[in-house]
Amino acid sequence: MFEAAISAFARALTDPAAPPPEALSGSHPRGFAVYRNNVAVSLIKSLEARYPVVRRLVGDDFFRATARAFIARHKPQNAVLILYGGAFPAFLRAFPPAAEMLYLADVAALENGWVEAYHAAEAAPLTLAAQAQIDSERLEGLRFQFHPATRLLRTATPAASIWAAHQSEGEPQPPAHWTPEDALITRPEAQVLVRVLPPGGYDLLAALRAGATLGEAAAPLIAAGGDPGAHLVGLIEAGAVSALL
Amino acid sequence: MLPPRVAFALPPRAGVGFKPEHFDDVMALRPAVGFFEIHAENYMGEGGPPHRRLEALRTLYPLSLHGVGLSIGGPRPLDGEHLKRLAALRRRYEPGLFSEHLAWSSHDEGFLDDLLPLPYTQETLQVVCDHIDETQAAVGRMLLENPSTYVRFAESDIPEVEFLAEIVRRTGCGLLLDVNNIEVQAANHGFDAQTYLDAFPLVAVEEVHLAGYAEARDDSGHELRIDAHDSPVRAAVWALYRRVIARIGPTPTLIEWDNDVPDWATLHAEARRADQQARKPAHV
Repeated sequence: MFEAAISAFARALTDPAAPPPEALSGSHPRGFAVYRNNVAVSLIKSLEARYPVVRRLVGDDFFRATARAFIARHKPQNAVLILYGGAFPAFLRAFPPAAEMLYLADVAALENGWVEAYHAAEAAPLTLAAQAQIDSERLEGLRFQFHPATRLLRTATPAASIWAAHQSEGEPQPPAHWTPEDALITRPEAQVLVRVLPPGGYDLLAALRAGATLGEAAAPLIAAGGDPGAHLVGLIEAGAVSALL
Repeated sequence: MLPPRVAFALPPRAGVGFKPEHFDDVMALRPAVGFFEIHAENYMGEGGPPHRRLEALRTLYPLSLHGVGLSIGGPRPLDGEHLKRLAALRRRYEPGLFSEHLAWSSHDEGFLDDLLPLPYTQETLQVVCDHIDETQAAVGRMLLENPSTYVRFAESDIPEVEFLAEIVRRTGCGLLLDVNNIEVQAANHGFDAQTYLDAFPLVAVEEVHLAGYAEARDDSGHELRIDAHDSPVRAAVWALYRRVIARIGPTPTLIEWDNDVPDWATLHAEARRADQQARKPAHV
């Protein structure tokens, strides 16, 4: 009986065309609609909180309709809603009504990375002073342990610039150059940092992140006439590294 | 070395639901409130600002841990991973009290993010008691909160107050009495709030919740009250609260204001008002 009553209730909640379950006879005529509304709205609010720039880019109505379509396919699998909605960028990439806005899924990926960095585990970041203590001859053979909050993001659109332009109130300016961007997201202390990486930075960092030694990771950059030093200073200065091993 | 901290137990006075936007004011002003209550699920990330704020807050104030997603009142087995997360939070932050709801929120569809109602029968009573036994074994002793509901099940054959009293008798848990929920249900289901309160197992109440409700009216003029947590406590709820305190004495009392959150001064004033109300004589 219990199982049947709750299953019928849950089915009717998520089907707007279904009448209230018969088991509720004698209840307030509008009572069931309150639950239906709560369930529809509360998960949309979670997505609005996680993707504020995407919401601004498309407007409230489009965002709500998109969120509803996402929720219908992706219910949270547990009660930890601060971790819910990580699949939204991939959903946007394949969502036909958003197909014209290629930057939308990229901005969503950045916002998702921001929230993941916000809630990531704590670790002491490696300082430039500590790095300077390391014998420069040893450096080439070392591997980088990244801070748990660190994320790398490569986008075909200037997603980081679009995101940055929406961090203050007022009319956001469009990006000066419509080019692909690489971004570094991390949170060594209480503030999440988002930096656009200079050319060559992403491949170096991605190789280090995949477990290469500094010598291995930097070889292509050096062969192309680049200087890994500036990239590494930027990386450590951002607090994106927790140790050199 | 661990920072020094205040006593774990909640004092018998008003506290408030902790909101991150009040953190700077609270740390600067060190206001005289009895405790802060947190929603457990908001602190189930691995690290970051939520935990940093809570570490700072717990050195100054007792905490109350309030879960909103365990789904104790549903037919499905409890989520063992969720119990572990609750237990970890309880160990880490040492709250004076831990509470959850007589409601369900997860089913085949996943987590529905609302506190949903259940029928009250011998069958459901046994399931809820088993879930509370399991929770208390994993997380420690808990309080169970009386619900706000908008519908009732025709098959229910045990009054809610008796259902709660029997849960207490079988499991040894305590109760969290949400006075606003009584006023909401009294209007929605057409019963007398004082009569409900007089039948409530008050001896088991260890914490009180107060909040504001919203009112809606349907086409035929039926009033429907919504447990909105978005406004000041209503006069009828204050009157009922004085009646509770007259019966059970001063008790840790939470002001819940989770939507349209006001500035710190407004929220703090509402907590002070609860302390004043608790000192007023009530006609029992």
